[in-house]
Amino acid sequence: MNQALDSGSISYTRRALDALRLDPVLLSLLIILALFGSMVLYSASGSDQAIVIRQMTRIFVALLLMIAIANIPLRMIRKISIWLYLAGVAMLVAVMFFGEVGKGAQRWLDLGVLRFQPSEILKLAVPMIVATYLANRVLPVGLKELVVSSILVLIPVLLIARQPDLGTAILVGSAGFFVLFLAGVRWRVMISLGVLMSLMAPILWKFALHDYQRNRILTLLDPESDPLGSGYHIIQSKIAIGSGGVYGKGWLNGTQSQLDFIPERSTDFIFSVFGEEFGFFGSVVLILIYLAIIFRGLYIAAHSTENFGRLLAGALSLTFFVYLFVNTGMVAGMLPVVGVPLPLISYGGTSMVTLMMGFGLIMSIRSAKRFLV
Amino acid sequence: MSKREQLKDDFLENRLIRRRLVLSAIFTVILLSLVLGRLYVLQIVEHEHFSTLSDSNRIRIKALPPTRGLIFDRHGVVMANNLPAYRLEIVPEQVEDLDSTLLQLKQYIDYTEQDLKRFKQSSKRRRPFESIPLRLNLEDEEVARLAVNLHRFEGVEINARLTRNYPQGAHAVHALGYVSRIDERDLREVSEVEYAGSTHIGKLGLEKFYEHELHGSVGVQQVEVNARGRTLRVLNESPPVQGNNLHLTIDSRLQKVAEEAFAEYTGAVVAINPNNGEILALVSMPIFDPNLFVNGISFDNYNALRDSSKRPLFNRALSGQYPPGSTSKPFYALAGLETAVTTADQEKYCIGYYKLPNEPRRYRDWKKQGHGHMDLNNAITQSCDVYFYDLAHRMGIDSMSEFMAKFGFGVKTGIDSTSERSGLYPSKQWKLGYEGMVWFPGETLITGIGQGAFLVTPLQLANSTAAFSNKGKRYQPHMVKSVEEVPEFNLVEISSHVAGSYELQSDNNWQHVHDAMVNVVHGLRGTARVINKGIQYQVAGKTGTAQVFGVAQDEEYDEETVAEKLRDHALFISYAPADDPQIAVAVIVENGSHGGSVAAPIARRIMDAYLLEES
Repeated sequence: MNQALDSGSISYTRRALDALRLDPVLLSLLIILALFGSMVLYSASGSDQAIVIRQMTRIFVALLLMIAIANIPLRMIRKISIWLYLAGVAMLVAVMFFGEVGKGAQRWLDLGVLRFQPSEILKLAVPMIVATYLANRVLPVGLKELVVSSILVLIPVLLIARQPDLGTAILVGSAGFFVLFLAGVRWRVMISLGVLMSLMAPILWKFALHDYQRNRILTLLDPESDPLGSGYHIIQSKIAIGSGGVYGKGWLNGTQSQLDFIPERSTDFIFSVFGEEFGFFGSVVLILIYLAIIFRGLYIAAHSTENFGRLLAGALSLTFFVYLFVNTGMVAGMLPVVGVPLPLISYGGTSMVTLMMGFGLIMSIRSAKRFLV
Repeated sequence: MSKREQLKDDFLENRLIRRRLVLSAIFTVILLSLVLGRLYVLQIVEHEHFSTLSDSNRIRIKALPPTRGLIFDRHGVVMANNLPAYRLEIVPEQVEDLDSTLLQLKQYIDYTEQDLKRFKQSSKRRRPFESIPLRLNLEDEEVARLAVNLHRFEGVEINARLTRNYPQGAHAVHALGYVSRIDERDLREVSEVEYAGSTHIGKLGLEKFYEHELHGSVGVQQVEVNARGRTLRVLNESPPVQGNNLHLTIDSRLQKVAEEAFAEYTGAVVAINPNNGEILALVSMPIFDPNLFVNGISFDNYNALRDSSKRPLFNRALSGQYPPGSTSKPFYALAGLETAVTTADQEKYCIGYYKLPNEPRRYRDWKKQGHGHMDLNNAITQSCDVYFYDLAHRMGIDSMSEFMAKFGFGVKTGIDSTSERSGLYPSKQWKLGYEGMVWFPGETLITGIGQGAFLVTPLQLANSTAAFSNKGKRYQPHMVKSVEEVPEFNLVEISSHVAGSYELQSDNNWQHVHDAMVNVVHGLRGTARVINKGIQYQVAGKTGTAQVFGVAQDEEYDEETVAEKLRDHALFISYAPADDPQIAVAVIVENGSHGGSVAAPIARRIMDAYLLEES
C-alpha cells in the first residue's frame, strides 16, 4: 500500500518534471549545490542572513529563468541565436562608449531600470551562434568553417578583454572553442594553433596584458614578492585551505575566514573558506558534485539527436567546467588571480543567472530528443 | 542541395562528436585531479605548516611607511624636513563600538568633520587591523589629556610619527609646493601597495613633481598577533627605504632677498643661470605657510587664503600670464635685424602716434609728444612704441610668430614643477581657431609692443631673456641640481637639457640689441637708469609696462585717478654681467606702474646678492 503510494508519487513527480521539460538528475544536483553554497556563503559572510536570503532569492529567480528557457523549443533557440549574438556584440560596443566604470573596468550598461553586463549574454550567445553555424556543415570542420567560427568568437572576446575583464573573456572564448573542438577540428590544426599561441605569448605578454594582469601572473610565481598586494590574496588563501586539513575546522569555525584574513571571501575566494572549514574530504565531495553535473551535461550532449544540440550542450557543460577549474585553481594558487566565480556558490547574481540559463538550454536540448524520436 | 550537404553523414558525425565528448570528459577528470592533487598537498602533506601559520599564532603583514626625502637649497640649507608629531590613531578591528568611541573621544580631543570623513575614507581602503589616523599633529596638552584616559579606549593609540615640516615657513613655498593628506584622487595615480602605509603625498610644486624620488619604498613587517589582534612580537621585517633627498638649484638666500624686495607688492621674480638653465630663484608674491596644509588646513584658514584679494595661493611665477609689454622689444629688434627687415641705422621719425595706411585709428606712443628721430639703439633705450609699430607692420605677424617661438614664447618651458602654463603668442591660425575671426593688421602692431593677446609667464620671460643673453641657446629650466640617492647617499646630477638653439645670422645683429639693452640701464636716457647708481658690474636690461586698464582712443591714462588694481603692471628683464652673463632675471610687479622705478630695483637687489655677495 505504502509502496504503491510512493511509486505513484514518484511517477507523478516524474511526469510533472517531464511536463516542465526538466531533467531530474541535473535539477537535483543543481539544487544540492545551491543549498550547499548558501551554507558556505553564510559562513563566509560572517553569518550575515541578509546576504544569504538575497542569494537564495537570486537562485530562485535563476531557476525560474532556467525553467522558462527549458521550455523554448530547440528550433526557436537556433533561430534567435544570430539575433542574440548581434544584440550582444552591439551592446558590448555600446559599453565601450557609454558604459559605467566599476572597479576600474568598463563593463556595465545602464538601461534605466536594468543594469547589467552585456558580456554575460555572450557566454551563451557565442556557443549558440557557433553551434548554429556548424550544425548544418559537414563535420569535421574545414578551414573555411574554422576561420568563420574563429572570427565569430574573437570579436566579442577581444571587446570583453579590453574592458578589461579577462575572466569573462576566457569563459566566452572557451565556450566558442569547445564547440569547435567538439565539431572535430583536426588535431594537427589545434596543435599548430597551440604552438603559434605559445610563440605569440611573449608578444601578448608585452602588449595585450594590463600591468595589473602581468603582476598577477608574476605574483603567482612568487607570491612573497608582493605580500601587501595581490600576493596577499594567494598567501592567505593557501594558509586557509592548508590549515583545513582532512576534515576541516568545521562550519563557521575557520579562523582565517572568520577573522577576515581572506579577501573577497564571499565572492571569488569563497572556495578557501570552504577548504578551511570542510577540509580535503569536503573538497573532494564538492568537486565530485560538480563533476556529476558536468558529466550529466556531456551525457545529454551525447544522446542528443542533432548536431546543434550535441555541440551546444557539450560546449556549455565544458564551460561550466572551466569556471570550476579556473576558480579552484586560482584559489589553490595554481593559476593567476582572474575574476571567475565559483559557480552557484560565490555571492553575486549576474554569473549565476547566466549559468542557470545555460542549464535551461541543456534541458531544452534533452527534451528535444523525446519529441523527435 | 550542395555537394557538401550531400556528403553529410549523421552517423559518422555523431561518432566524431561522441568521441570528442568522451575525450573532454577524460580531460576534465585529469584537470580536476590536478586540482585535487594540489589540495591534497596543501591540506594533507603541508597541513602542519599551514596549520602553524594559521593557528593560535596569527601572522599579519603591516606596511611601514618610508621617511620622505629631504630638500636642500644649492648651499645645503634645509628647505623641507620631517619632524616627529603625535597622531591619534584607531585600529577599527579592536574597537567594539566605533561610533560611541568616536563620540567619547571628542571629549578629549577636538577633531573636525573633515578629520572624521578622511578617517572613514581611509578605513575603507586599509585592512581592519591597521591603525588609521583620526587626527594629526596633536598638541602636548591634548596628548597629556588623552594619555591619562587611554586605558578606557581599546584600539585607540597615540603614535609619534615623522611628519613633513617646512622649517622656513612661507619661504620659497611656490617653488617647493607642499605635501598633504592622500585623497582618493591621488590614489588613482600611485600604487596602492607603495602607499599602503603612507598618509601624505606631494600635492604641488617640487613635492609633487619629484614625488617618486621623495617618497621612498614601503617596508613590510610580519607580526604575530593574538586573537584580539594585539601585536605580540615582530617575526620578520624588511624596513622601508627612505626617499631620496633633493638638492635644489635654488639659492635660498637669493630667494629671500627677492621675497623681501617685494615688500607689499604682488608679482613674481624668476632668476635663471643662462649657461645651464638652473633656476636660482623662483618667487611668487605673496607667499603663504605650507605647514598649514600638511596636517589638513582648517576651513577658516583655507577660506582666508583663498578669498584674499592678493591671491597668495596662485603661483604667479608659473601660472600667471601677463602681457610682456616693452620687454618684448629687444626680441623684436633682433627679429627685425635677423630677417633683414631693418638695419641698426635705419631711422623712424616718431610723432607720438602711428597710423596704418587707409585707417583712421591712431596707435599711440606712451610719450605723447613723440621721440623724434629713432634708430634701433634709441628705440630700445627710450622704449619708443612708434618705432616698433612700424617694425611690426613691416615684418608681419607670420614672421614675428615664427621668430618668437624660437625664443620660447607661447610654449611651456618644461620646468620640473606642476601647474606651468604656456603663455600665448598669437598668430593668424590661432585667432581663426580660437575666436573664429580673421587677423586685423592693427593687431600686428599691438602684438609688436607686447600687448594684445600676447601673454607670457614670468618663468617664460626669464627663460627667454636667458636664451637671449646666451645668443639663442635656450635651456629647459630646472630647480633640482642633484638627487641624493639613499642608502648610498651618492649624488646624481640632473643634467641640463637644451630646449632650443637659435643660430644667429650674424653676431653683429645680437651685439646691436645687446648694446641697446646695456644703454637702457647705463645710458643717460635709459628707462632703467635709476638702478645704475653705484653699480659694480654692467647690466643689460629692458623695462616694460603692461596695460591692465584699457584707455580709449583719445583719453589720457592718469595714474593718480586709476584705482590701484587697475594700474599697469611693471616689468623688467635683465642679465648680468653684460659681457659674461651669469644670471638672467625677469620681474613682474602687479599694478606697479613703472618698470624702471619699481621692477628694476628688485632685479638689481637680486643681481647684487648673486654677483657680489656670493660666498
